[in-house]
Amino acid sequence: MQTIRRRNTFSNLTTAIPWDNIIPWVMPAALILLWQVLAQIGVINSRILPAPTEVVQAAIRLTLSGELFKHVTISAWRAVVGFLIGGSIGLFFGVLNGVSRPAELLADSSIQMVRNIPHLAMIPLVILWFGIGDEARIFLVALGVLFPIYVNTFYGIRAIDPGLIEMGRVYGLNRRQLFSQIILPGALPSMLVGLRYALGNMWLTLIVAETIAASSGIGYMAMNAREFMQTDVVVVAILLYALLGKLADSSVRWLEKVTIAWHPSQNLK
Amino acid sequence: MTYTQTPSNQTHPQTTYGSHIWINNLTKSYGELTVLDRFSLEISPGEFVAIVGKSGCGKSTLLRLLAGLEDPSHGEIKLDGQRLAGLNTKARVMFQDARLLPWRNVLENVSLGLSLQARPRSHWALQQVGLDNRAKDWTTVLSGGQKQRVALARALVTQPNLLLLDEPLGALDALTRIDMQRLIETLWQEQQFTALLVTHDVEEAVVLADRVVVIQNGRIELDVAVNLPRPRDLANPELIRLKQEILHRILKK
Repeated sequence: MQTIRRRNTFSNLTTAIPWDNIIPWVMPAALILLWQVLAQIGVINSRILPAPTEVVQAAIRLTLSGELFKHVTISAWRAVVGFLIGGSIGLFFGVLNGVSRPAELLADSSIQMVRNIPHLAMIPLVILWFGIGDEARIFLVALGVLFPIYVNTFYGIRAIDPGLIEMGRVYGLNRRQLFSQIILPGALPSMLVGLRYALGNMWLTLIVAETIAASSGIGYMAMNAREFMQTDVVVVAILLYALLGKLADSSVRWLEKVTIAWHPSQNLK
Repeated sequence: MTYTQTPSNQTHPQTTYGSHIWINNLTKSYGELTVLDRFSLEISPGEFVAIVGKSGCGKSTLLRLLAGLEDPSHGEIKLDGQRLAGLNTKARVMFQDARLLPWRNVLENVSLGLSLQARPRSHWALQQVGLDNRAKDWTTVLSGGQKQRVALARALVTQPNLLLLDEPLGALDALTRIDMQRLIETLWQEQQFTALLVTHDVEEAVVLADRVVVIQNGRIELDVAVNLPRPRDLANPELIRLKQEILHRILKK
């Protein structure tokens, strides 16, 4: 009894301070502090890496001038449009080839061949086709998004236990119900993995496409700042990409929590 | 099948009557391999028939043919006088693995394929198998025996005329198995559907069935009635004798 009581008082103490939430932040905070100190005493040249405070100041300056907002919106717009185009094409062919053998025979090997070309290697060709306008960037983003969505949708559908489909037939489901109640939910975990890869590819492609030829967007902002040696703005741009990438990832996590709560990956209790 | 009555919670809502099955000269072959060879069998409405035999003897193929999952190469199956073509809508199958959908909870698994009006029946079916209290749980947290009970509820919720059991207890431990056998027997007695159990467990066949049919090389080797009072006692000398006899016939060749 006594040990139990003692443990209770101990746990009361620990719940008062949520250590589990604090500890993961100790390292990053220490690193930023170290970075600040080294920059301030001049060990790190601010041309190479400006102090965190300078980066924050640059971010505030860019926000107030409206420049940051302008570049972020145009980048986000390109990302979303490219993602929607590439995502829907990938989803369409993934589902089609997943449920239909003839369609797979016809289209899959062609898609696999194109998939094996690194899409960034297409940049010269894409510039020749579309010039250096937004079409070229959106095309590249769509291409980067298409294949992860396609592959994971296709294999997600193919990996469904045929026993479940047979069971569905015996229990009187028609083709439409088989698709919506067994095939789609069964393929969803794999499709969401595809979505995650696709979102990663989406930002990566956009960064490259915007740094090469653009007159707006986060990538342009970074390249432009490089020419004027504004290292602080470059760091702001990089941090923005990190933030947007994290945001995309978190939204998929949220989507997983909502749609595939049953899946072992969701730590079912 | 239409259901106009709403189920009462205490007893089963309406008595369904079992299918009459008439299998005539049925042959099923895959290329060179003949699995069922001019196979004929008649099963009365409400009868409980067990099909036993070594693996590969054609017993599972027979069940798949009865479910309408495969078409016969020759011969025919008649259900209540009607020739079976395509899926058998009067039948439900219980598979060896429960085949529950992991993305649905227990109740939603039972109501698979039910119309909106028929959904309340799922609770009744779950009560029948004693799992109504787990209705909202994910199926992944259930034990093997509980999963099969959910599968049984799913099979019985539409009150099928024919229940096809494809070694449904094969993967369960011995104690759970006895429980499940009792449950299946009770529900069969109450609802009077025709039951066809495919198994390699002779004891299970003798405990549950009105008639045990032994299949060997795609043909009937033995067709023996089990006239013992239910529920049957495993220690009954007549039951043990029958079990030995059937085992000898299977292992003889």
